[in-house]
Amino acid sequence: MEVLLPHSLEEALAMKAEHPEATPIAGGTDLMVDLNFGRRRPAVMIDLDRVGELASWQQENGHVFLGAGLTYATIVREMPEFKPLVQASRSVGSPQIRNRGTVGGNLGTASPAGDALPVLAACDADVVVSSRARGERSMPWHAFLTGPKKTALAPDELIIGARWPLRRGPGSFSKIGTRNAMVISVASVCLVFDEENARVKVALGSVGPTILRATEAEQHIAAAMASSGAWQDRSISIPDQVIDEFSDLVAAAAKPLDDVRGTAAYRRHGCRVLARRALGWALNERRLPAWL
Amino acid sequence: MVVRVKINDDWREAETWPGSSLLTFLRERLGLYGSKNACEQGECGSCSVWLDGTLVCSCLVLAAQAHEREVRTVEGVTAIDRLHPIQEAFVEAGAVQCGFCTPGFIVAVADLLQKDPHPSPATVREALSGNLCRCTGYQKILDAVSLAAGRMARGT
Repeated sequence: MEVLLPHSLEEALAMKAEHPEATPIAGGTDLMVDLNFGRRRPAVMIDLDRVGELASWQQENGHVFLGAGLTYATIVREMPEFKPLVQASRSVGSPQIRNRGTVGGNLGTASPAGDALPVLAACDADVVVSSRARGERSMPWHAFLTGPKKTALAPDELIIGARWPLRRGPGSFSKIGTRNAMVISVASVCLVFDEENARVKVALGSVGPTILRATEAEQHIAAAMASSGAWQDRSISIPDQVIDEFSDLVAAAAKPLDDVRGTAAYRRHGCRVLARRALGWALNERRLPAWL
Repeated sequence: MVVRVKINDDWREAETWPGSSLLTFLRERLGLYGSKNACEQGECGSCSVWLDGTLVCSCLVLAAQAHEREVRTVEGVTAIDRLHPIQEAFVEAGAVQCGFCTPGFIVAVADLLQKDPHPSPATVREALSGNLCRCTGYQKILDAVSLAAGRMARGT
């Protein structure tokens, strides 16, 4: 076994080109468990911990770019205006885990329970990857996450980060688990409003082979708000029946399985409850002057 | 591979298997047994150390990732001749029973009080959410944190 220690992205990409079989390691919060328990023995590992270029974020041309090496602790500290992302980040593991775990790790591991992933999906994020041979390319999150623990990353590529268009409007991330910390979610929901385009976007985690969007529910609530004039006049309230229909459609979008963390029925019910709460929070929040 | 780390202000180096964790490196290569090996999956916090000043589980850091970097362990918290005020508070409050989780808690509490000398009860609970104790039921640990915070703020 060999560990390569690049100090720059250029060096890291050159190493990945030379050793396409190499396993990248950043925070190590997933990979180290497999190493410690003897479940994985990669011949070569590339440590991305000291590749500074990956650990930054910026806003540019109406987009936000999130580097793959950004830890959840850094997101919580530096990005308070991105509330759903901060809520998801703060729900990851424990302080020790948040100090190490990265968004790139969530993307690379591609578990449907990765807490940052429903946020990226609800924001219509693109995943940016790079190789020495072909340079940078990006693809929508759903093209990158091809299945449970499967991605479209080529062997000579590294994940660079995620980019999404900045949108104005309230939103939240919430998840169900057995306690407030150190929990792999049983079900999670990210809901964001896009006020300019009169859209509501809902993404679900841990209730399918990969992250899911509840598109029918999204269209239903957006249309109901359009016909009642609620997009323009935020004081117009949404009838309970519409909220019920929305929550049921979110639950129907889930494709859960029974497993050790919960039954399919419980997960579906969880999606319904989380969706109803998330919509309620957002509707209340958009009546606040901050969004006017 | 040879890993060289600045540990508690001293540079140390040792040969290690490239796949070994920082925890294994500390315990089995450098003889620093303060950081405990319990879960090896980041759940329990018993192996908490600082890597370049950041609180981490040393079982989830590859020893090679700490190469040429700075690590502080629970051994680096204590002065040679006396306990740290946090350790004294743990003893006095009865926050130590079997003691296996204690080094991890001492490190996590020290990390918290460095950043926030007067943490609210909710802040303490969140800060210690990555450290498991199977004996105390946590209340005495929370008592110890508030005792230590009070004394450290008064400089006693």
